[in-house]
This record gives sequence, structure tokens and C-alpha cells, in this order.
Amino acid sequence: MNIQRPERKRPLRLFWLQSGGCGGCTLSLIGAEGPDLLATFEAADIEVLWHPSLSEATGREVIGLMERICRGEERLDILCLEGSVMRGPNGTGRFHMMPGTERPMMDWIADLARNAGHVVAVGSCAAFGGITAAGSNEVEACGLSYDGQKQGGLLGADFRSKSGMPVINVAGCPIHPGWLTETLHSIAAGRFAAHDIDEWERPLSYTMHLVHHGCARNEFYEFKASAEKLCDLGCMMENLGCKGTQARADCNMRAWNGSGSCLDGGYPCINCTAPGFEEPGHSFTLTPKVSGIPVGLPTDMPKAWFVALASLSKAATPQRLKENAVADHLTRPPVDRQKKKR
Amino acid sequence: MTRLVVGPFNRVEGDLEVKLDIGDGRVEKAFVVSPLYRGFERMLSGKPPMDALVYAPRICGICSVSQSVAAAMALAEAQGVVMPPNGELSLNLVHATENVADHLTHFYLFFMPDFARDVYTSENWHSVARERFAAIKGTAASDVLPARAQFMHLMGILAGKWPHTLSVQPGGSTRAVSAGEMARMGATLSAFRRFLERTLFGDRLERIAELSNETELATWAAEKPETSSDFRHFLYISKALNLTSLGPSTGRYMSNGAYARAGAHLFARGVFTNGGCGSLDAGAIAEDISHAWYAAGNGALSPSKGETRPDADRPDSYSWCKAPRLGGAVMEVGALARQLVDGHPLILDLHARTGGNVHTRVVARLLEIALVVLEMQRWVEVLRPGEPFIAHASMPDSAEGSGLTEAARGSLGHWLKIENGRIANYQIIAPTTWNFSPRDSEGTPGPLEQALAGAPVRPGETEPVAVQHIVRSFDPCLVCTVH
Repeated sequence: MNIQRPERKRPLRLFWLQSGGCGGCTLSLIGAEGPDLLATFEAADIEVLWHPSLSEATGREVIGLMERICRGEERLDILCLEGSVMRGPNGTGRFHMMPGTERPMMDWIADLARNAGHVVAVGSCAAFGGITAAGSNEVEACGLSYDGQKQGGLLGADFRSKSGMPVINVAGCPIHPGWLTETLHSIAAGRFAAHDIDEWERPLSYTMHLVHHGCARNEFYEFKASAEKLCDLGCMMENLGCKGTQARADCNMRAWNGSGSCLDGGYPCINCTAPGFEEPGHSFTLTPKVSGIPVGLPTDMPKAWFVALASLSKAATPQRLKENAVADHLTRPPVDRQKKKR
Repeated sequence: MTRLVVGPFNRVEGDLEVKLDIGDGRVEKAFVVSPLYRGFERMLSGKPPMDALVYAPRICGICSVSQSVAAAMALAEAQGVVMPPNGELSLNLVHATENVADHLTHFYLFFMPDFARDVYTSENWHSVARERFAAIKGTAASDVLPARAQFMHLMGILAGKWPHTLSVQPGGSTRAVSAGEMARMGATLSAFRRFLERTLFGDRLERIAELSNETELATWAAEKPETSSDFRHFLYISKALNLTSLGPSTGRYMSNGAYARAGAHLFARGVFTNGGCGSLDAGAIAEDISHAWYAAGNGALSPSKGETRPDADRPDSYSWCKAPRLGGAVMEVGALARQLVDGHPLILDLHARTGGNVHTRVVARLLEIALVVLEMQRWVEVLRPGEPFIAHASMPDSAEGSGLTEAARGSLGHWLKIENGRIANYQIIAPTTWNFSPRDSEGTPGPLEQALAGAPVRPGETEPVAVQHIVRSFDPCLVCTVH
């Protein structure tokens, strides 16, 4: 029998750096399921040149590898950065020195990025600055090609990696493992192109959706049956700061840790895939309102229509939803009228 | 004497550099450098108090829930709110899931891969250890990742997601659990237990939990072949390499107490020094910054009055890590400390024989996996669906609070001050801040710096393998250390 073997392509070589972040995107990533992370890398034919949490190599061996990449002697297909770029104090980068090199990490990142086929920002810190840039951002944290919503960052708005692509921003705090593994797999398969990213260069594979899509609280939303306090089952948009109708991600279509999502966990979406989410200008779990109407309405719906529909649906809210919305567990089940009372 | 600079130090959480003065094939002095500063304490200043629950978990991706729990406890003290029993159980389950997953991640992904290194090629155990524990390519990594991921389904049910949940609140959990979900959690725990009993321990968890001294441990290990379970495999390698001789502890330990329920802790709060237990006086904790890159203040400060003013140019400083001390003394924290303070007989006996070292730190961590998973099964059974999981309370305009808990890698504390409805000061002391602290004003090195002194260095080694074992035996988390 003649078995046709697929043509053996060279594996894609991935190098991963961490800077001003918490490591949470890596920890989320190693929770990948169906299949697990190592099986995913194998399936995508990705070779991990080095990852700080996973690899054996340490110290000089790693520095040697980085130097060879920067000299163009070693091929680097995908550079992943997790965590913000630390430019402080005063632009020196000394808030994060690369161990063993007495050189600011931001300089290493820039050198490696210039020599990489693709550059992937893993998480909102690496993409936009993220949580590390919160407050008055004394540490001068920024993303690879954004400083919050402003284009630029470490590499500049015009940066293109060797593949011709801008920095790919797999934003999220943390990322869902699937957001990254699918992106890496698509890159490795040669199927990832400019039309696969949105206006913030995030993969459309997950930002095509709103967090609202698939939210288990949607019936409460439809009837404006609102939660009043954290733990209530009703819609969290009116009172508890939920941004699910504006936030771009498929969190309620793609389970977190088997079955969860922020909204399923009983707390609001804080729009963590967006630049600047770390400084919402209000308390995260309180909806800012103007004369009783939430300011953050769905972005692509005329406001007057929203208000009109909301008051109509509020008037039509079934008792079942009114009661369940302010309870922490379902108290009133749906009723089937086909079943006659005896 | 020669100076070695070891870094980047990987398979630890975060960034680490270790400077070593070497003479006569041994480490003479060690200087532990935390090279990253992010400034969470300053970031939190001026924020609405409850927003700490969004920022604090993001200090650390591996101790995320621990940070949430410490913040929630500090806020709870400020509010004077008391959790309902379901809230305590739910938070304990979420916290325990993280801590157990962290112990597992540490053992399989961070610690064991060092025995696959080429430096051990001539050892008769090396080829089998390499096949099992090699980084990424070993069979253990592909066994543990799916088991760990499935175990984390508890987070999907109880906390929405991990890391960085907002379900952990001062008054309990935002997520009430149904009877059906109790059943799913029970099943998830059973499946995880099957992995632990078949793969990690090669025996029932109860049997591991009941081991009470070194002889029993050795007898238990000898019941089956050395490589029949990963715990036995470790014990075998540990004996061959005499890991009890590496990384001696200062002998002073503390624990904030872990898993509070109905006014008591599953693992007690206290200190263990000179072979005996005592109570922990949190008021005696102070942070020294004499060798850290912070503007010199008024000497060592209590965290309730602590300051964080970065100064990258400060002379004679070498780390962003402050140096916390208890009554002026260096303390080691972690699973070993917790089990000594709590008085587990096996750990007390091992410690009495060889003290704290690489071997006892790892054994304590694995023992704790067995102890905590057994307890988690009990907690799930006593949840009461339909009863409250959270209590609500208003936030006063002015208040203070502290939250003391235990992350997988040791004692974590948050100290909070609220003025005019905003956070006026926020101070954090993380486990690795204790363990990897630099020298203090007396010149006393931190626990790791002391543990590294005397470590053997083989001819030609640039990243001494003994140093690798010692550093990783603390399960450090550097992103927490300098928040």
C-alpha cells in the first residue's frame, strides 16, 4: 500500500519573553484543553525555542540563543511577549533589567522583534500596557505598538515583522488559552493574514463577537430585569458595571475552565480585551449613569431606541424574571402550561 | 574568589537573577536580585476601595486567588462584614484549587525537570528520570497538564475563571452553587484524586496523609519500585543526590494560617523556631529597605505604615524586593513552614533529623496536596445550596484593615488604609518577599541568600545545578515579590 505522507514543513520556532506582567497568561495557557497545550504545539508543528516557565535552558544558554537570534544566525518565527514593556524610570527601562545581561528588557524585546517572523503580544499588558499602566503609570508601561489607545508603544505604529504583519494583539486579562493556540496554529499553517485582525490588531477569531453573545443572562437583559448586587442572577448592565454589550470577545461562547465566564461567575465584564480597560473612570462594579440611564449603552444601537425598547420590555417583564433577577439562585422555574393542574 | 551571575533564572514565576561569590568549589555569598518593579502599591493609592479586588489578583498570575483573598480579608475588616458558612467554604475551595494546582505545577513543570539535565548523565537513575521529567518532552508533562486543566474546572464552576476572578469578595462569593454543581465538583475531585493516587503518589491519599515519620516514609517508599510513582521517584533521586544536604533553612518559620472556617484555620497561624511553636505577632512585622531600590525612609516600617518610593539610583542596593522581618528576624515561609507550624508529625520528624532543606521543602509540598484534596472533598459535601454565599455591607469613608493568608508558596499579607472613601495606603508582603529578601540593615542575608551559602559548585559550572535545586525548592514567585 502506498501511503501518501504530507510534505514535511519545517517546524515554527517560538520564543517567549515575559516583562511587566503577572505571568497569568502563561498560567491560563497551560490550562488549554481539547487538546492540552503540548499536544496543540505538536499539532501546529511549533517548536518552543524557549519559554521562561516551560524550558530547561537557563542563564547563559538562553542569552546565547537571544544573541544569535539578534545577529540573524538563528531563525525566529514567532516572538511572544507577555507583560508590558517597562520604559521607566525616565525612559531608561531600568524598572526591568534582563537578568544576566545588565541590559533593559525593552532593548532586548525591540532587537528580537526586528528579527522575528511574527510578533505576538500575549495579553492586554503586552498589547496596550494593561493593568501595569494603571494609576498614573509611573513605571511608563506600554504595549508593543500601543500606549493605551495611542498608537506607538515600544515598536511604533509602522512596525511590521518580517512576515509583513503588524504586532498581533491577543488581548485579554488574562487570555483564554484558545485565543492564543488558535492564532498560533493559524500562523503556523500559513492561514493568518491582515484580514484576520480587527482595528486594534486583535484576532477576529474571538473579537468578531461581543461578550454579550451567549451570555446566560440574556433573557434578563431582554426584559431589563437587573441584578442589584453582586451575586444576583439578573443582568449586570444597569447597576453593576457590566460591559458585555460593548466588549469584544467570545467569553460566553467559549467556556473558561470547563464551563465558566466572568458573568457566569457572578461578576461583571470589565472589557479586559480593550485598551485602557484598567482605568474605566468609575468603580469597576458600579454602572455610571446620567439621569438614571446607564452611559455605556450598546455602541451600534440608536440611544433613543434603546431607551424606548428598554421601557417597553421592562413593562412586560415576567414575574419569574423579576424574582430570579434579584436572587442568587433560581427560585422560580419556567412553567409549562400544557401540564394541567389536577 | 570568582563572581557568577546566574540569570535569566527560569522555571520560577517571574524574573530572578542570583549573584554568587564562589571560592573552593562552594558558594561563599549569595545576592538575590529581583529585577522587575511594577508599582501596584502606588497604583492602588487613590482608587475606590472595592477596585482593589480587580487590581490585586493581577499582581500575580499564579497566586491570583491568594491576592484576592488577602485583599478581600482586608476589605472585610474595614467593612466589618462576616461571611456566611457557604461563603467561607466556597472561597476555601477556590483558594485550595489554586494552591494545589500551584504545588503540582511547581513539582512537575518547575522543579523536577532539573534532574533531566546533562550534568547528571553519568548517574544510573538519569535516563529514566529524563524520560519522565524532561522539560516539555518528558512523559510527566503530558500527563499532568490534562489532569491539572480538568481539576481547574472547579474554578469554572466556583469562580467564573482562573486566573483573575472577581468572585472573591469581602462577604463571600458572588457565585452561589447548585446541588447539580456540587455533584459535578465531587466528580471533578474524584477524577483528580485518581490522577494523584495512580500517578503522583501510587497510593491512597489517606495513606500519604497518615505517614508520621521518616522511617514510615522510607518503608512506604520501599513497598513498590522506585519509579512506580512520581513521589517515590523523587524520594529515590533525592536520596541518591542527598538533597537533605542542600539549601539549609535558618530554622525560623512562620505561617499566617490557611483556610479559615468558623474562626479556625485548617493549617494553624503561628511561628516555629528552635523546634517549638509560638504565636504570630503580626504587629512585629516590619519591612527593611536598607539594600533595596527605595528612597530611604525612617528605618524598617510596619506595613500598616509602609511606604513605597522607588529609587533606582540608591547606592548599595541590589533588589526591588524589600526585606520583611519578624521582630527583626529572618523568617522562611511556604508549605514546610505551614506544616511545621501546624505540627504534621512527618514534617516535624523530618525537620528534627535534617532541618529545612531542598528535600523537606518538596516533601512538605507533596504531603500538602494530599491533605488539602482530602479536605476539599469534605468541604464540597457540606455546601448548602439555597443558603447565602455572600453577605453585603457598606464601605466606611475611613477605615483600616489587614488580610493575612497563605499562598501556595507561603505567607501573604495586605494592609489597607481608607480615607475619604478612597484607598490612602496599600502595602503588600508576599511569600517570596520573605524568602528572597535582600540583606537588612544588620547585614543579615535573606532566607535564600543564607540557604545558598555553602552550595557546591562543580568545575566549569556557570549555572550550578545545586543552586538551581535550592532556588526552585522555595517555589519562588517573583511577580508577587515586587508587586
